[in-house]
Amino acid sequence: MKMNAGESEGFFSLTKEKQYLFWLCQIPSLGATGIRKLGETFGSFEQIYEYALYNIEERETPAKGILRKGQWQAICEAVPHFEQCEADFERLRERKIGFITPLDEEYPGLLREIPDYPMGLYMRGRIPDPDKPGVAIVGARGCSAYGERIAEEFARMLSDEGVQIISGLAAGIDGAAHRGALKGKTATFGILGCGVNICYPSSNYHLYEEMLQRGGIISEFTLDARPSASHFPMRNRIISGMVDAVLVVEAREKSGSLITAELGLEQGKEIFAIPGRLTDRLSSGCNKLIQQGAGMAISPGDILEYLGLKCKKELILHENHVNGLEKKEKMLYSCLDFKPKHLDKILSESGLSLAECLSILMELELGGYVFRSGNHYYGKRL
Amino acid sequence: MFSSVNSGGLHGIDGYRIQVEADVSDGLPVFHMVGYLASEVKEAEQRVKTALRNSGFHLEARKVTINLSPANIRKQGTAYDLPVAVAILAAYGELDISGVRDGAFMGELGLDGRCKPIRGILPLVLAMKQAGIRRCFLPAANVCEGLAVEGIEIMKVDHLSQLVQMLSDPQKMIGESRRDMQRGSSTTGYNVDFSEIHGQRMPRRATEVAVAGQHNILYIGPPGSGKSMIARRIPTIMPSLSREEQLEISKVYSVCGMLPAGNALIHTRPFRAPHHTISPQALTGGGRIPRPGEISLASRGVLFLDELPEFQKCTLEILRQPMEEHQITISRLYGSVEFPAQFMLAAAMNPCPCGYYPDYDRCSCSEWQIRHYLGKISRPLLDRIDVCVESEPVAYEDLKRTDQNESSSQIRCRVERAREIQRARFLGRQIFFNAQMSAQDIRLFCVLSPEDDLLMQQIFRQMRLSARGCHRILRVARTIADLDGSDQIGRAHLCEAVSYRSLEEKYWGRSGYSENECRRV
Repeated sequence: MKMNAGESEGFFSLTKEKQYLFWLCQIPSLGATGIRKLGETFGSFEQIYEYALYNIEERETPAKGILRKGQWQAICEAVPHFEQCEADFERLRERKIGFITPLDEEYPGLLREIPDYPMGLYMRGRIPDPDKPGVAIVGARGCSAYGERIAEEFARMLSDEGVQIISGLAAGIDGAAHRGALKGKTATFGILGCGVNICYPSSNYHLYEEMLQRGGIISEFTLDARPSASHFPMRNRIISGMVDAVLVVEAREKSGSLITAELGLEQGKEIFAIPGRLTDRLSSGCNKLIQQGAGMAISPGDILEYLGLKCKKELILHENHVNGLEKKEKMLYSCLDFKPKHLDKILSESGLSLAECLSILMELELGGYVFRSGNHYYGKRL
Repeated sequence: MFSSVNSGGLHGIDGYRIQVEADVSDGLPVFHMVGYLASEVKEAEQRVKTALRNSGFHLEARKVTINLSPANIRKQGTAYDLPVAVAILAAYGELDISGVRDGAFMGELGLDGRCKPIRGILPLVLAMKQAGIRRCFLPAANVCEGLAVEGIEIMKVDHLSQLVQMLSDPQKMIGESRRDMQRGSSTTGYNVDFSEIHGQRMPRRATEVAVAGQHNILYIGPPGSGKSMIARRIPTIMPSLSREEQLEISKVYSVCGMLPAGNALIHTRPFRAPHHTISPQALTGGGRIPRPGEISLASRGVLFLDELPEFQKCTLEILRQPMEEHQITISRLYGSVEFPAQFMLAAAMNPCPCGYYPDYDRCSCSEWQIRHYLGKISRPLLDRIDVCVESEPVAYEDLKRTDQNESSSQIRCRVERAREIQRARFLGRQIFFNAQMSAQDIRLFCVLSPEDDLLMQQIFRQMRLSARGCHRILRVARTIADLDGSDQIGRAHLCEAVSYRSLEEKYWGRSGYSENECRRV
């Protein structure tokens, strides 16, 4: 069977096939590869239903040998739910949720190339534009303020140049990347590890809402699926599968972000990493990637160059200009670091009195030169 | 024959006068005790009878009726043994007590007639003095405590027979002398001092500010950064106790039977650090017969809650009302009692479960874990904590430093000056400290110059403060200005106060949803 629309089959039968596929996608124990193989052996998804309807034993069906134990049983047990699925499928349109399958023409072309491409994608908002390049920005959830800032800046500048930013809408780097992309000019897409009706983590709800307007939310999992640990690696393969390049901002060794990078590598995508200090554990994963041959992303231009785009602007990720500051402010600013420093240390290094030090820090904070982490930790702002 | 002697009972931490009446009449030889008595009071019958016999009194069998008046108040404890014995002797005509009509008797009797100590002597003697009684007959072990009350004569009772001998010649009776009572000064009582703390400039300073304005304080820092060490030294920089305060504290400790041996009064401000497994009742006080809890034992001193997030939520919630009202009312079947609860709250916690946040190289907690950890503390409680300070792990250089740090007495000098300013400011009002200022008081006393008002406006917007948060900052700024001896809150004061603001935004997230939750769309 060919997974392409619009050949000899008419529109009606395509919709019908999608309905059967939708029904199969609701069976939790079936994976994407399983459904694909079934479709190929049976010839059409409707055939699977027919066989299951008459409860034909597995050894007498073409499914023999391609399914794991119990899977055919699960399909047979799902037959009574078919009518409900049909109704749900009809209602998707009025709930403004899209269901995209490899049968559809708009199914992302890049994704079709990976071996275990998802058989059904639920979608709110839009799907990525195939004519525009996509870059995934991933990284640690518990990232540093510096990492967040870098992700945001890279995303914003790439988005300005017409790159679609795709990430996982998680806390930390993912959220920062989406935030930055929303400030840019191109759409941004979030691939979830739960159903599209669930916003996880809920602290990203405002991002979620904005992305519905300015991009899309996509998931392989059923509409109301709760996030679970096993979902995230599966989600990661979609993230890396949908893009041309993956950028890892901050990642520890043995982290989910590295899984995404590895999957991207298997899928033949270009991997970029932001270099970090040797002592920062949060950068150890990135540094390792670079050592193994990943591209070192020093500015968004490096990624744009790979994508064949021109970078019009320079990324200014240097310290703020301190020319406008007074002498003491400059001195205090020079005592600070990008990593938050405790006030006690700042006091002893600058030699200023507490009152003076705090007044100046307040000026610097309100002026956007420094940020405060917790109550008494201050760091330089990028 | 009828006789009556004075004694006292306890209600909460206050005493009141009780008349012990005895009547001996013809009739069946029975012994009646009435007056709403607990069973340990009723048992006095056996103790008193035996003690009288063993002290050499052989009383003929007649009808004896004892009444403890007022008869509608529940009587507890063993303090009535001695007055009952005296009243019986007087009713039998064995003893003439006309000379000691203005005396009161308290004490437990042993079967051999020996007089044993009881709890709550201090409030009892105070109540006797107020009731116009001029001398108190107390068990020998309680004399020291009784002497703490001035203006009343204290008589030592070792044994029932010795008391009878004493009463037989009222003219020769001499009260115990107050001369050899040791008078500890409030400054020498502490065995810790601020000079032992090296480095830690911010926590030191924040502690000084908090004490000066009686603000509650929260220390956040990794394990071993000296949080408890500093908290333990808070009482040493609080102003010395006045005599009234000493009496108030000692009353609570007396009722609990916790006065240190040989010391009549508590001279040092209390520091109470209950373990985080404490029950709500142990914290507030309670029991069928309400007894003071940790918050009352910490009154006029410091209540230190280490590992704040580990406390049960209901235990912490219960602190809110006493923190507002500076006393706690406990209602029970027998009536309600009030205990003082004018403590300064000091709390300590780690910034995250592993303790090293925001050091990303060492901290491995997820944001969710951190939020969950911090979320265990109730927001209303945090709203009542004005000063919040983060401490850093101690550096080796600081440990080795031998130069002299500022001592507690130096800091106390500044604190006392700031308190003096506050006393003058709030003269004639119901409040005493900056921390107690209401929104109206803040408008009156925390006036900012136009430029600083602009700065405050900027801070308010940029840091997304709540109205409450803004008030907290102004209250603390007022205290910092007081420490500086300045009438006007200046820019530096304001900036410092902002740096002590509670950890709302950073730690509690901006969106208001907790991290672990999913949200259905």
